[in-house]
Amino acid sequence: MTGEIGELALCLALALSIVMTMSGLAGARENAAMARSVAHGAANGLLVFIALAFGALVYASITSDFSLLNVAQNSHTLKPLIYKISGVWGNHEGSMLLWVLALAIYSAAIAASKRGGERLTSAALGVQGILALAFLVFILLTSNPFVRLDPPPFEGAGLNPLLQDFGLAVHPPMLYAGYVGLSATFAFAAAALITKERDWARAARPFMLSAWIALTLGIALGSWWAYYELGWGGFWFWDPVENASLMPWLVATALLHSALATERTGAFRSWTLLLAIASFSLSLIGTFLVRSGVLSSVHSFANDPERGVFILAMIVGAIGGALALFAWRAPSLEGGASFEPQSRETALLLNNVFLAAAAATVFIGTLYPLALDALTGTKISVGPPYFAITFAPIFIALLVLVPFGPRLSWRKGDLAASLRLLAPALGIALVAAVGILAFTAPRTLFGAGAFAVAAWLIASSVVDFRARGRHALKAGALASMLAHAGLGVTLLGISGTTLWRSEALEVLGPGETTSIGGYTLRFDGVKAAKGPNYDAARATITVLDDGRTITVMHPEKRIYPVEGQDTVETAIRTTIISDLYLALGDEREKGRWVIRAYVNPLAPLIWLGALVMALGGFAALWSRVGVARASTVAVAEPAE
Amino acid sequence: MKRFFLALLFLVAALPAQAAPAPDALDNPALEARARNLQKELRCLVCQGESLDESNASLAVDLRRLIRARIKAGDSDAAIKIFLVSRYGDFILMQPPFETNTYALWLTPFGVLIVAAGIAVWVVFRAKRRPQGRA
Repeated sequence: MTGEIGELALCLALALSIVMTMSGLAGARENAAMARSVAHGAANGLLVFIALAFGALVYASITSDFSLLNVAQNSHTLKPLIYKISGVWGNHEGSMLLWVLALAIYSAAIAASKRGGERLTSAALGVQGILALAFLVFILLTSNPFVRLDPPPFEGAGLNPLLQDFGLAVHPPMLYAGYVGLSATFAFAAAALITKERDWARAARPFMLSAWIALTLGIALGSWWAYYELGWGGFWFWDPVENASLMPWLVATALLHSALATERTGAFRSWTLLLAIASFSLSLIGTFLVRSGVLSSVHSFANDPERGVFILAMIVGAIGGALALFAWRAPSLEGGASFEPQSRETALLLNNVFLAAAAATVFIGTLYPLALDALTGTKISVGPPYFAITFAPIFIALLVLVPFGPRLSWRKGDLAASLRLLAPALGIALVAAVGILAFTAPRTLFGAGAFAVAAWLIASSVVDFRARGRHALKAGALASMLAHAGLGVTLLGISGTTLWRSEALEVLGPGETTSIGGYTLRFDGVKAAKGPNYDAARATITVLDDGRTITVMHPEKRIYPVEGQDTVETAIRTTIISDLYLALGDEREKGRWVIRAYVNPLAPLIWLGALVMALGGFAALWSRVGVARASTVAVAEPAE
Repeated sequence: MKRFFLALLFLVAALPAQAAPAPDALDNPALEARARNLQKELRCLVCQGESLDESNASLAVDLRRLIRARIKAGDSDAAIKIFLVSRYGDFILMQPPFETNTYALWLTPFGVLIVAAGIAVWVVFRAKRRPQGRA
């Protein structure tokens, strides 16, 4: 029954998405209150039925209903409950269902939001309806999770053990909340073009911010997971799949900043619209890259060209349609605002210049090898050195300029005064650079520069905070301080790990020791251990400092007999300042094992910084909600 | 992520348990450091986007040995790279070469930066000349 309920719910959702599209677009006209209320109802109904379908799939997975092909292929009775649930989106069909669930949640949120005009909201629902329609057709035709199996097998095939992990249970929903949140921004931008509503950014802002927060956290979670699960101590590999999530983040960051100016002074109105279109297009391209099997990596669960072509058609439709609408309507929206060269507007413009170049770099670095291979058959690799030469300088230049933005006033700012105010931060940055050059090895200009920039970002946020005095806690200011300081914290983590990482790779027998970064590691042997659905070889390694035992660590190797795969479970001891990271390799001869040990100084700051950035996003969101509450009385009728 | 793919490949193919590079290390630390650096700049050919330094694939193990043998024999880093490119193509280089079919790849980032900066300058000057007070 579960499968039929789910499939029926999907079909009803499809019907509702058609209703939502038509009534939403019809409601964009003046006297169409009826159509608008139908669109709102359809948005809520869409959420109910997609949630029902999603619930049905979760229920089938929890109860191990192997009569569903999807469950039989991806689950197993012995799998722990949390992975039975997260396994739902650990495969293609389920993850697409999660995608439309997120879309439906955002649609219902748009219907509930009171920030835009009635016509704008209605048109936005219409655009969301088109997206829901396209994705539901895609699911029902090429990726139906409710396909039956007759006869049902006695046991399921299990889930890739690498996906049986807490970080990877949370990472996809977070990332999708970001990708799909950008669909809401996109919908508002398209709606603004349809209704010629100039104040759309104000209505779209909460969605923009939630999408950005979710993307920030989603990317950080993915990177953290790669760090502790892959066993090499790296945190970012410039893997196409990682890049696919970084591109929308870069453009969404540009959008957040550009929209600030549009909302406040009316500057960059068409550019902000274009960024809204671009950020969601990149989300779609990211989905395409990951889902189509164009990149063979662990993320592409299926290599099915039919799906790839379908998603490609959706991308072309969405981008082409939106750009055509833009070309047609944007000229009538352009207001233009006057500002001096020294102003917040110029700062935001520069932010966009660098972020656009950074996003273009990631875009071409990711797609160029694919295009070159397809066109000429030449295979090249675009690895980390490419991004170190292109992306890194562009991004570092951006970071150097970041602290000036919040210190410059709208329309007419004073650069010299900002510089005077930020002088202490500049001093701290210089001291940091000199200190790094004088007291640490290896002595590199790059290292000194990276630490100086990180110190500059953090110190100028503090200076900014102090200079604002009593107003510092106003959420708008708090948001930029936190987000910018978070960038500095992440940069500290990246620089520390990259520069000072030490590594030991040894074959050790019981009782033997090796030393790394001031610690002595004593290998006390390996014991067999048993988990719910795996067998593990569990090492015991005692960490000593000057002969004193600090801690005992247990890196593991796990073998999942059902799936016939094994995983490395690293052991990490963190002091926030530094990580001691152990991974167990293979058994070389009887009782002697390969042990990989890393000391990664400052590594935890990479993710801590992302958390601080996300807090900045929350502060901005909170200020918005606060402002909205305070101004609903004053601005009951939004200005036309 | 590639590491996975590699790990999967490795396990599924049930290759003999070749472990990471430790036991093959050169005695001379300076030469070993050169080998490690080279390994990081070269790509494992059978796994997705992993460097030779990180890979457990048997081909990567062989190539790591080959690099060390060449270093011991007195070859320069450049000579080793040229040799490997002649055998496996540019694909083995983590950093793509700068040549006719990669000009676009290398120049786009800075091209976009320059064009965008030019547009920004134009926008700023236009905004300055515009009469005050319009929103």
